[in-house]
Amino acid sequence: MGYIIETRGITKRFGGLTAVDNVSMGVNAGEVVAILGDNGAGKSTLIKMISGVHKPDEGTILLDGKPMKLESPMDALANGIETIYQDLALAENLNVSSNIFLGREKTKRSLGVLNVLDHEYMQKESRSVLDRLEIEIPSLKNTIRTLSGGQRQAVAISRSIYWQAKVLIMDEPTAALGIAEQKKVLDLVKSLKTQGIGIIIISHQMYDVFEVADRIIVMRRGQNVATRMVSETTADEIVGLIVGSETVKR
Amino acid sequence: MPRPLMPHDTSTPFVQTNTGKLLGRHWALFFLLGMMVIFAFTGPGFFEVVNFQNIIHLATISILLAVAETFVIITGGIDLSVGFVMGLSSTLAARIMVTLGSTGMGEPLLIVLGTLAGLLVAFIPGFISGTLVARFKVPPFIATLGMWGICNGITLHLCDGFLPIAGLPSVLPRLGNGYLFYIHKGQSFTLFKKPDYIPDERVRELIRLVPFSFILIGAVVLVFWFILHKSRFGQHTYAIGGNLDAAIRAGIDVDRHLVKIYMLSSFLAGLAGVFNVFQTGIGNYTTFSSMYELFAVAAVVIGGASLLGGKGRIVGSMVGVLVLAVLKNGLAISGVQPFVRYIAVGVLLTFAVIIDQLFPDLF
Amino acid sequence: MNTLVAQRKRNALGTIGRNWVLVFLALEFGYFAVLTRGFASLHIVQMILFYGTEVFLLATAELFVIITGGIDLSVGYVLGFATVISSKLMVVFASRGLSPLGAIVTSILITLCIGLIPGFVNGVLVAKLRVPPFIATFSMLGVCQGVSELLMQGIPAKNLPPLAGTIGNGHFLYIVPGSGISFMQRPDVARGVRVIEIIPNAVVFALIFIAIFAFILTKTRFGQHIYAIGGNIDAASRAGIDVKKHIIGVYMISSFFASLAGIIYVMKYITGKADAGAASLLDAIAAVVIGGASMFGGSGTVWRTILGCLVIATLETGLRMRGTPTFDKYILVGVILIFTVVIERFFPDFKR
Repeated sequence: MGYIIETRGITKRFGGLTAVDNVSMGVNAGEVVAILGDNGAGKSTLIKMISGVHKPDEGTILLDGKPMKLESPMDALANGIETIYQDLALAENLNVSSNIFLGREKTKRSLGVLNVLDHEYMQKESRSVLDRLEIEIPSLKNTIRTLSGGQRQAVAISRSIYWQAKVLIMDEPTAALGIAEQKKVLDLVKSLKTQGIGIIIISHQMYDVFEVADRIIVMRRGQNVATRMVSETTADEIVGLIVGSETVKR
Repeated sequence: MPRPLMPHDTSTPFVQTNTGKLLGRHWALFFLLGMMVIFAFTGPGFFEVVNFQNIIHLATISILLAVAETFVIITGGIDLSVGFVMGLSSTLAARIMVTLGSTGMGEPLLIVLGTLAGLLVAFIPGFISGTLVARFKVPPFIATLGMWGICNGITLHLCDGFLPIAGLPSVLPRLGNGYLFYIHKGQSFTLFKKPDYIPDERVRELIRLVPFSFILIGAVVLVFWFILHKSRFGQHTYAIGGNLDAAIRAGIDVDRHLVKIYMLSSFLAGLAGVFNVFQTGIGNYTTFSSMYELFAVAAVVIGGASLLGGKGRIVGSMVGVLVLAVLKNGLAISGVQPFVRYIAVGVLLTFAVIIDQLFPDLF
Repeated sequence: MNTLVAQRKRNALGTIGRNWVLVFLALEFGYFAVLTRGFASLHIVQMILFYGTEVFLLATAELFVIITGGIDLSVGYVLGFATVISSKLMVVFASRGLSPLGAIVTSILITLCIGLIPGFVNGVLVAKLRVPPFIATFSMLGVCQGVSELLMQGIPAKNLPPLAGTIGNGHFLYIVPGSGISFMQRPDVARGVRVIEIIPNAVVFALIFIAIFAFILTKTRFGQHIYAIGGNIDAASRAGIDVKKHIIGVYMISSFFASLAGIIYVMKYITGKADAGAASLLDAIAAVVIGGASMFGGSGTVWRTILGCLVIATLETGLRMRGTPTFDKYILVGVILIFTVVIERFFPDFKR
């Protein structure tokens, strides 16, 4: 079975700087791939190309083995590529279900002519996706402002899942969380995996990576310098690869 | 990964060339000069020392308010109350002078007392606005809008509605509109005072140079330029506007600083108000309901400040005031209907900001 | 048991806190009712509504913009602009032989269309050219003032069709006790016969539009997106909302409401002038803030904004009837404005 999402030799230059240099990688359905690297190694640029924010200068991105052009983040969303940025992109003044449906609100006909928001439907659907992921949020009518960091992360994840993500990209999902909440989010990632979603995680936390990832891709100076199965490597080796002290074998 | 700092591009866009930068940085100044050249042709008597003197003299209040607003805007705030703080100081000073005058007090003393009262009262609204903004986290827009309303009402009370407070010492307008030098061509030269042999009606025959208001303007601009650009207080002002958290962590007492900023702003507004009494010889409400605060903000923005804070210069704000003042004077002298000026100011202001967007990081 | 009581107490406090504007309004009304004879009457209540109409509309205009985190300083002069245009048009059409009603309706429609222009320009400046709303709309204030004055040339329009005033100052329902009712038309009765007038036309007209847009704000996607933009503009645009289009729309709604207010002004006072709405800007913004909206965007409702308007309108009418100078209105509005925000700082959970 082929990769659900794949890049072949993609390159991105900003002026004279090559941020991502001829990177090929792929993620299988139900697999968690962690991308590691130092600051400036090109991780963010790589995922921004996959999520449609930047257009690659060279190379192709394939979804389900078919090449595709991502002109904008909306294209990526339409193709089932969901990205959860560090800032989560939630509107804090709106409630949980409004955020899950943000930009894609369900409406119903009222009085035969007007399209009005179908809050009932959105609440019900939100509840069911939260239940499916075993996320506990007391009331969906609470605004995001009243939720904890972990709960917010969970809402952001639920939003992607609800919209049928095939690929989920997570940028530092545990960075701003307390220990207990980090664990919850990692559990959530594991349960997503069992639902057949391909997940790409960018993280600085080595522990997280070893906890949830199946495979690790190490980037340095824009290049993919190593790929390791988690079961076959150690944290020391990975750190060595990131900083460049470990010579690349294989 | 941070964006690369210096994208290398073979063709440099105009805004990044040296000429472009120079134009962008000083566009308001170039605009001012360009406008003056045009008005020199269209407006008879525009390009004369006396007229320039007049422009600046009549802009005294705007200059003081723009200095005030510059400080507040650099911190990322806004002070909408200045127009009526000015009104409050002005009418209070006038009211006190009139009241003391009726008790038979000597003119010099009552002028001093009235002036002091006008100046001191101005600290109160500033202190309140500042406290609301700093300690109660009320958005500056709301705090100073509330203060605008309060001072507006008090000003109305002080002058019993729309009646000007008259009967002030007649020496006031002579001080407010006096000049350093009076020259009667080929006949005489006097300091501070017109020669006695020239009656009031014939005062226009004299060449009058350097109005007293210039001394006030010069002193205020110099002092506050120094404070903003050369002192620690000014440095902290920029720091607060640039990055509030960083300023707090650097140990700056931000709350206190903000209170001081709003008091400073208010004080300058009070100074402008008292000066208005000297300039007009009356205390009047109507003067102050003409959106002085908004024009002051406009001048500061034309001068290159950002309403988001962290950016702005005294000299820039002065150029901003002059742009508005010259536009007003030049259009009037050129015989353009006064209403066109409103439109011109509006269009100009918008252009100011759009041009500013083209040259993002100049200051 | 104790916790239950405590909880109930807290809930009660919370309810009062959330609706403190309502409580305040009731107290305010009570205060004037006790102090002023005849204040608590149908007539006075309708008068409050009648004189408050323009501010209701301007505050609704301002609310939409403030929810997105912007501000519209131009509404007062867009109102003035609309009064000048519609009054001029009415005079012109009437003199060209159109029936009074035809002239009025045509002028209103044309004015409403022209009234969208300032909003469109504001929106484009803010959304596409990234001019701060404060500057863009202040510029528009100047432009509208200048254009209105140029059109007026110092002479307010005269000879408007008298029908305009009849409609603008008429009531929706007239009751002649013991003899009958009539809609929209004042019954011909002998002098001295009591006619009860119910709801001024101007108020009906304004409330219809306010209700429609309250519906749009709470029930439609567009409304939801406006809140989202005010709450987190990045999140909104990443969720695929066309932020620029929405912002342009919001400024157009704002100037549409300001134009409506201008039209009502013309129908009420049978004249139009550039500075007709100049003094109402503060009231409009204050009403929105007293109604609990945040200047940072993302919150505020039409219902509460109207409560905010009523606080101000009641104050104004009450002070006027007590004979104390309306100067006090400025002071009190300022105090209430600041008080509102301070209260919300102390009790953040009171909000929504």
